[in-house]
Amino acid sequence: MAILYGQITTNKPVRIISSTGGSRIFKYVLMIDIEKNRPVILDRKVQKNRWKWHGTIVEFHLEGDYPKAMPRILEYLKLTAIVNPYANITFVDPRGRLYRFERKSEEVPPPPVETLPHPHGVDVETLQRIIRSTSCTNMLNFMKEHFHRVGEQTARQFLKFAGIDERLNPKRLRPNDLVDLVRAMKSFNEFLPPDANCLSPIGEDLMRTGILKELEPRFMAVSQRKPSAYSGHPFIVEVAIAYGGKVPTRNDITLYRFANKIPLMYDESGDVSWKILRSINWRRYGVSPGMPIAVLVHLCSTKIPYKTVGKELIADIPEISREILNGIREVARRLRRYLMRRKQVERQRRRLTIFSRYLPKIATFSAQLGGLKEMPDINKLYKRQMVFRDYETGNSYTDGEAFNAEPYKTILVMAKNKHESNSVILRVLGLTGSRWRVLIPEVTLEAGAEFYEMLTKKVRLVKIQVKSAARNKPGIFEAFIDGLSE
Amino acid sequence: MERNVKSKSLDRKEIVLESLEGLGRRFCEQIDKGVFPWVEMKSRSTDNIFYSPELRQYVLGERVVRRSSRIVRHLRPFTQMVWTAYFVKELIQQRKTSTLRDVYYSAQAYDIFFKDQAESDNIITDLETVTGFPREDLNVFPEERSAVFGDLTIEYTVPGYEGRRLNLTSHPDGLMIGPALTNARLVKTGADKVIVIEKGAMFTRFVEERVYEKFNAILIYTAGQAPRSTRYFIRRLNQELELPVYIFSDADPWGMHIAMVIISGSANAAHLRDLTTPDAQWAGVWASDINSYKLPSEGLSDIDIKRLHELSRDPRYKGKLWQREIKMFMKIKKKCELEAFSRYGLTHIVDKYLPERLKELGA
Repeated sequence: MAILYGQITTNKPVRIISSTGGSRIFKYVLMIDIEKNRPVILDRKVQKNRWKWHGTIVEFHLEGDYPKAMPRILEYLKLTAIVNPYANITFVDPRGRLYRFERKSEEVPPPPVETLPHPHGVDVETLQRIIRSTSCTNMLNFMKEHFHRVGEQTARQFLKFAGIDERLNPKRLRPNDLVDLVRAMKSFNEFLPPDANCLSPIGEDLMRTGILKELEPRFMAVSQRKPSAYSGHPFIVEVAIAYGGKVPTRNDITLYRFANKIPLMYDESGDVSWKILRSINWRRYGVSPGMPIAVLVHLCSTKIPYKTVGKELIADIPEISREILNGIREVARRLRRYLMRRKQVERQRRRLTIFSRYLPKIATFSAQLGGLKEMPDINKLYKRQMVFRDYETGNSYTDGEAFNAEPYKTILVMAKNKHESNSVILRVLGLTGSRWRVLIPEVTLEAGAEFYEMLTKKVRLVKIQVKSAARNKPGIFEAFIDGLSE
Repeated sequence: MERNVKSKSLDRKEIVLESLEGLGRRFCEQIDKGVFPWVEMKSRSTDNIFYSPELRQYVLGERVVRRSSRIVRHLRPFTQMVWTAYFVKELIQQRKTSTLRDVYYSAQAYDIFFKDQAESDNIITDLETVTGFPREDLNVFPEERSAVFGDLTIEYTVPGYEGRRLNLTSHPDGLMIGPALTNARLVKTGADKVIVIEKGAMFTRFVEERVYEKFNAILIYTAGQAPRSTRYFIRRLNQELELPVYIFSDADPWGMHIAMVIISGSANAAHLRDLTTPDAQWAGVWASDINSYKLPSEGLSDIDIKRLHELSRDPRYKGKLWQREIKMFMKIKKKCELEAFSRYGLTHIVDKYLPERLKELGA
């Protein structure tokens, strides 16, 4: 599409350089024969690949209003990077600025596999084309040969249902017969559902990687729905929700749509995902307007049911919208759990702050009021212990001072990385019996970031461990443990 | 006739101090035991305020609230109360006094914060409820002041004046009933009654007309609703010197209530004792006086009438005189001020009304 647009506005060829890392690099200069929809190769070079380079470079010219289009282009690339986290994407813009989206995974999902059409999804045009090219001489073989998930038994059952002789030569079907056949195919319910093995979804892990690298959210949940089908076309819906970090804060939830790993940028409000997103009562999930939340919906299918030729908005197919709705609900439920917990932790933190402010004063003035020389010991009620103070982190974990957790019901861990640029990694361990167990696994604290969490497990001792996130790049770490016997 | 009397003022301070220190020791013990300090006090909410016919004043019911430092929203008021207790203990020990406003400002020096004076006033009321002592016993006084004049010799107990004596006729404007006077010993008196007056102009007139001599009375000016220290002082005159008390206020529901609060106290002070003078008498101006003395009057407003209806249902107003006068007000729908007597000359009230009324009341 882009190349076509470039050609009709500038009439310049496109240059493509590509190699899979084998011994050769291919260079093509080509244009498109628009009438026949075929490439016209103007130049072709094959070069030795001495450095085992692999990748693809596409260079073309097109006319456009770059200052206006720039945010959309960058957004497009960012979204592409999210769903293709195994790709390094480099973009040099017309002003000569370089944008890089670095890969965070070496793993590539298996590519889609070519597959036969499912009888439910075939139209008269397609059927005619298949008949023209078939070598089958009877209908039984024709059905077995050219359609997805049709075996001997199913083919027999179907032909009986359609009232067509098994021995009939498909080339002898008249135009009217073709229409009847397509109708019969659509109404026959015994065909096995299409197999989704041919599809290439992103997968939950890669989706997580992609979101993490481009949005750096504080929380995310990803869900790949079970394969399903509409009108003979298999599809898989993948849904994710991300909160905080670089997720934009807008009045509404930000929606990112993808079809077969391609970001859909325009006509958002006509899309089925948009409609579904709007129909959900987000308050039930603890979401209020103005929260930095993004929902990602990826539809992977042999046929994306676009509403328009522009291929920007997906139609409301009941089978698909059901999967999208359930997928969003599932990740939203996980977000709700996260938000509720954060709320609870936040409440506890505020509570502890109040105790820490007032209890010492109560003790001081009570002692003075009672005419006592010694202050009563409030540590039994509330204790704040500083376990790291302006500590320069090392390359491996260092233990903080252990905190005796036994007298306390509520324990809160608070930490801060005071460094200007270096990140640190911390974790929290608890001693139960004679074994230290990880209570909070690795948390990365970026420069200036704060962390606080409530411990839910009853343990004897608590300790924090910390190390630099990158070798020889120490952070400055400070941490408290608070205990309250209430 | 002069009498010498023994004052209880000093011993009382010892009791207050002991009570405050006990509170502090108790909190410390609680903390040492690993318990979040707490304190219980009677609830001051309106549904826990009852009228006691025996005590002839409002009292608090049995319902108790617990203020505990383990509850987040109690922490701040609890801390404020402990500080206030400490602050007033220091005041008492150093024999100094403070005002409500001063307490509010002093807190900041100790890194204790009150949002406004209402908050600190409320904490002081809490402390009154917990200890059972009025704030005057805690050496905290309100700003408003009233005055006293008459043949009463007092002996100061405040620092710098200890042992110094003063006769309350020594200054013609009267003496301010402030902390020093409230805490003074009552040494001797030649008076045989107390006359309480609501209005400043009338008080001055009574002094000028030598009412204290002619009627052998100690005169007290309340400046409207009597401050607590004044109510406490009137009670002392009544209890310690066994002097009958007569109250003169405007002839309207509000004046009537000024007298009533001196006699039976207010619902706001239901947590306190020793502020009432149940044997004091409302001597006028009555509604019936408006007609019998042909006093210039105004019509009752809607608010006045509403207030009269409220008072008619108030348990403190059960007495015959009160009910009679309320009915009279409703009947004549008139009210007048103490100053109304001036219509018949400046001395009319002293020459005619006062002797007649006192005689009527058996004085």
